[in-house]
Amino acid sequence: MKNRTLSGVLGISFVLLLAACEAPPPATTQIGYRGLGMEQVVNPATRDRVLAANVVPDAPPLASADGPRASEVFQNVPVLGHLSAAEFTRLMVSMTSWVSPEQGCNYCHVPTDLASDSVYTKVVARRMLQMTQHINSNQGDVAAHVGTTGVTCYTCHRGHPIPQNVWSIDPGPPQAGGFAAHRNGQNLASAVVGYTSLPYDPFAPLLGDGAQVRVVSSEALPRKGGTGPTIQATEATYGLMMHVSDALGVNCTYCHNSRSFAAWDSSSAARVTAWHAIRTVRDINTHYIEPLAPILPAANKGPGGDVLKANCATCHQGLNKPLNGVSMLKDYPELVGARPTPAAATPGPAAMPAPPAPST
Amino acid sequence: MAEYQNIFTSVQVRGPAYAGVALPEGGVYTRQGKPFYAYWLGKLGDAQVGPFYLGFTGLASLLCGFIAIEIIGLNMLASVNWDWIQFLRQLPWLALEPPSPKYGISIPPLNEGGWWLMAGFFLTTAILLWWVRMYRRAIALGLGTHVAWAFASAIWLYLVLGFIRPLLMGSWSEAVPFGIFPHLDWTAAFSIRYGNLFYNPFHMLSIAFLYGSALLFAMHGATILAVSRFGGDRELEQVVDRGTAAERAALFWRWTMGFNATMESIHRWAWWFAVLCPLVGGIGILLTGTVVDNWYLWGVKHGLAPSYPIVFPPVTDPAQGALP
Repeated sequence: MKNRTLSGVLGISFVLLLAACEAPPPATTQIGYRGLGMEQVVNPATRDRVLAANVVPDAPPLASADGPRASEVFQNVPVLGHLSAAEFTRLMVSMTSWVSPEQGCNYCHVPTDLASDSVYTKVVARRMLQMTQHINSNQGDVAAHVGTTGVTCYTCHRGHPIPQNVWSIDPGPPQAGGFAAHRNGQNLASAVVGYTSLPYDPFAPLLGDGAQVRVVSSEALPRKGGTGPTIQATEATYGLMMHVSDALGVNCTYCHNSRSFAAWDSSSAARVTAWHAIRTVRDINTHYIEPLAPILPAANKGPGGDVLKANCATCHQGLNKPLNGVSMLKDYPELVGARPTPAAATPGPAAMPAPPAPST
Repeated sequence: MAEYQNIFTSVQVRGPAYAGVALPEGGVYTRQGKPFYAYWLGKLGDAQVGPFYLGFTGLASLLCGFIAIEIIGLNMLASVNWDWIQFLRQLPWLALEPPSPKYGISIPPLNEGGWWLMAGFFLTTAILLWWVRMYRRAIALGLGTHVAWAFASAIWLYLVLGFIRPLLMGSWSEAVPFGIFPHLDWTAAFSIRYGNLFYNPFHMLSIAFLYGSALLFAMHGATILAVSRFGGDRELEQVVDRGTAAERAALFWRWTMGFNATMESIHRWAWWFAVLCPLVGGIGILLTGTVVDNWYLWGVKHGLAPSYPIVFPPVTDPAQGALP
């Protein structure tokens, strides 16, 4: 009898232990045909926290687009010269609150000579404005990815001079040299890939070098004499997908029907967006961020000496749509529409890159 | 009377320790150790511990196994720069990786997969020696060799994964890393790379035998415990001299599912289910990448993968035309 009571207590505690692992219970939403596991699992508490952290700040009243141009009133304004002086000033104030709220105007400007390009951050900011205009241009990959929602400095910066979610080439912690086995860039507990043992730097090959993300064979049978993608390449892709899932706060099934990760005909429209997104990220890393390397100090670089770059989390920060899909562009028309910005018009160090080539 | 309604064994037989039947004449090795009783081990199995028989193959197997574990462990420790704290913290994540694809099936440098090859060699030798030991111990005791052949089935799957298939694919990089999480991540990546292993019919069979083994084990264990009050635990006697325990057990299953195994056949069922699980699994792995490159597409081609009603509008590959 005593044994039976003990077994009962143990049994009930075991059930409670298993059932009470995650509180409050996650909410599951069906997004595909029934019975296929096509669903999104969201923990309401986590989601509430993420939503509270992704709120658009209040915007100051719009400035008049009339009046003298910024290029007439101020010196050395090649990118924003087409704005009215009032719009220009308003944007400068907003940028300060988005990027350097503690450091103030002098984070980029020489107080005695606002037109001076002698502070590197001003040159970087100019290039970032061009990047923002490019993303807001609603053309090519960004049209399919960002659409008309657009971005502002705040989308990534959120009050920090360097966005909080960035990546650089990760050599990992030291490992023994000599004839001890290399770990091939994987097999460490890494938050980047959701604490799996997958490659802890999937970004360098897939978001930097533009290696092929696709690893699944497109034919049922092996090609004669051909060697398909390796298991190691698959693990890198898998690692990148862990990041995408984590950065967007979604499951695999948000984009894929997991019975075939490769098949497009059973994928959701979000996968097409993500396909363009990967190209957008490569594009801005290659054409806007990496070329700034010569002027950026070591604090803006990773242990490998390369610039801190963008990945999915840079903008998304835990939501499938950055800032929960709220567009800031209606409050900041200054950032809409890329005017032609020939590289020649951009003063500053010789390292300034050419305008981005259309991505493929 | 002994009670069998308990989670753990409630009967411990304590008599003079038995040394076992005499060893064949002329052997070099003898049994070692004076037998003793352990109460808590008796809760799980036989309370008597020892005597042991290691023999040449047992000794050689343990030695090879030790070398393999040592190679794997020290390389894991090296991968965190000989930091014991990190080694303990990250042990489940650490691994010894197979050679990278560029080496094919050549012998790579030690630091780029050579150690993996060596660890694999010693581990395989240890396992095969242990198999020989099991086989020979069974013969020495006058037993059938069923256990050894069941073990051989598991060894088959192990060899397919780590040796035979990589050879057929022409690359050691196709093999499994030695590591706790890494071999699990490898498994997931392997399934993704080859288009979802669940559409591999031999994988399906393997799962059926795996779950089937668990089901049969539960049914058999429960049946024998339930009829032990009628002497049903004397299974082998009941095979040829069917008593009320066997009759009641058989009747129970005929009542509940219309058919029943016998005291003998249930053990053949269990043995074959267990043996077929890795046997067909190994065949499935062997065909992956060598004969079939994408199991999902193979399943579609052969009417195995059903199509489902469209819920969201279908999309097309944005890279169509842009990529070969």
